[in-house]
Amino acid sequence: MSTLTRTTSPARPRTAPGPPAAPRTRRRTAPGALLSKGVVNGLLIVAAFYTLMPVSWLLLAATKNPRDLFGTSGFALGDFNLFTNLHHVFAFNDGIYLRWFGNSVLYSVIGSAASTFLSVATGYAFDKYDFKGKEKLFATVLAGVLVPTTVIQLPMYLLATKVGVVNTYWALLLPALVNPFGVYLARVFSEGYVPNEVLEAARVDGAGEVRTFAGIALPMLAPAFMTIFLFSFTASWNNFFGALVMLNDEKLYPVNLGLFMWNSVTQQQPEFYSLVITGSLVAVVPLIVAFVCLQRFWRSGLTAGAVK
Amino acid sequence: MAAPLAPAVKARHISPEKSPGPSNLRRGQRRAATLFVTPFFVLFAAVMMAPIGYAVWMSLFQERSSGLGFGGSERVFSGLGNYTKALSDGGFRASFAHIALYCALYIPVMIGGSLVLALLVDSAMARAKRFFQLALFLPHAIPGLIASIIWIYLYTPGLSPVLDGIGALGGSWDFYSNDHVLSSMVNLCAWQWIGYNMVIFYAALQAVPRETIEAAVVDGAGAIRTALQIKVPLIASAVVMTVLFTCVGAIQIFTEPKLLSQRGAPSVDTEWSPTLFIWKAGFVQHDYGLAAAASLLLALLGVLLSSIVTRLGNRWKAAS
Repeated sequence: MSTLTRTTSPARPRTAPGPPAAPRTRRRTAPGALLSKGVVNGLLIVAAFYTLMPVSWLLLAATKNPRDLFGTSGFALGDFNLFTNLHHVFAFNDGIYLRWFGNSVLYSVIGSAASTFLSVATGYAFDKYDFKGKEKLFATVLAGVLVPTTVIQLPMYLLATKVGVVNTYWALLLPALVNPFGVYLARVFSEGYVPNEVLEAARVDGAGEVRTFAGIALPMLAPAFMTIFLFSFTASWNNFFGALVMLNDEKLYPVNLGLFMWNSVTQQQPEFYSLVITGSLVAVVPLIVAFVCLQRFWRSGLTAGAVK
Repeated sequence: MAAPLAPAVKARHISPEKSPGPSNLRRGQRRAATLFVTPFFVLFAAVMMAPIGYAVWMSLFQERSSGLGFGGSERVFSGLGNYTKALSDGGFRASFAHIALYCALYIPVMIGGSLVLALLVDSAMARAKRFFQLALFLPHAIPGLIASIIWIYLYTPGLSPVLDGIGALGGSWDFYSNDHVLSSMVNLCAWQWIGYNMVIFYAALQAVPRETIEAAVVDGAGAIRTALQIKVPLIASAVVMTVLFTCVGAIQIFTEPKLLSQRGAPSVDTEWSPTLFIWKAGFVQHDYGLAAAASLLLALLGVLLSSIVTRLGNRWKAAS
């Protein structure tokens, strides 16, 4: 548990810029120290350039018309065409892009919210209740964590064909509901965040189990809920292989698959480049915003995952 | 919202299973447990266990075309035939060789890179730590497919500012040529994961006791020596785990080679990676038995790798 909480409040005090904290930094303010400070920050700037460059290029490329896209060099400005490009993206094929975007939201937001709720309820039950075959069942969940999802995609497709859910919303929603790793995380979080005494007190007061869970445990598990939600949200927003396997009807596509289809005709029809570039930008912006706002949860989830 | 809590009902710590309460209370708990756990397990059985079971079943049959190849084909039981077929298939074996080669290049670059970056951000000399963490982690917020598309455009002559830059310096580079396509793929994946793993390593470094580092400094170790000889060994477990997770991811690689092969990179064929092979066997050749057998073989490898991760993780957790 300590590892889970550690990240949100770093164990070590931050060495913030300001008065030099440790005497050792003061001892050598000679040119050598200045040089190494320059090297450290210089390397970090190079690395940040590497990670930010492609995204900045995407932003810039989305403002160019197709002629400037190929005619001007990558980081030069062309005529400002962002709004025309956006209009093309949203108007193309009767606004199919917007539909893809909506589908992505449905698969990822609704799917992950439901999946997270299931995971939290299950993990909580594993932590707080005693029932027959509990540890065996939990071992099954852990085995589920180990199985790579891409690998069962083909059998899942074949099975889905038999049942008739292939090429429907359920084909992506149903698999997204099951998140064994979320159950594992929820159990760990429940051990740490929900003290047994509190539940005992509620029971003594006569609250039913469901009410205790919904009214007392769930609010205490809110950070866990957010972390698991983000995990499963990213997984389903990124899920390209599953969509490619399961869906034929382009009305059901998530943004990923739609962009993939547009991209696959760019070599024959270069005018699609602008559509793909602007479409990618529109798909990426909300993710970047969400990611910057929700940093805290990403980080705690990330380290919890690494500790697994 | 919350039921009113009676102040400090019992001072003793009581775990629910030992609770001496009346039997209807326990019955209530058992019923609640069933209620909470059942929906998950029903779905779990439907989308995980059933497909695996079905894959096992499918993998035991082969399609044989009857007669002269006209008319339909029939399914015949073939035992482990599909498994031997997959294992002796040159394409399937080559796909694992590709992954091995890819890992040999990718793991040192990506793990080495994120380790160096984590040490740099962790060093006392780094400024604007939050900004750098955010900037380096940002690519991870971008879906793999879109990341692949962006980089493929950055590899495309005429579109790419990178190629413009190389050209302006008087050089030339073909990202898709046989010699370079592997490094193009490594770059594409490293871009997505380097910051993610940097954050993991950085978190591990934060947990290194401050005194240990100060002791090294007092002993006269420079910043680089402290980093390499004190800090890195202390986060070795995080590094090993990350390497294994990376391998688990690498055997499933699909999007990047799919897009590169679609782009006509000559040495990335339609069965370059194991998942591409399965895709082709299932959806192009409609040889479901072979695809199922190959899927299960790959799953087995994945489970093997992941269980090593879990074992090591548990051992380290117990040790710490």
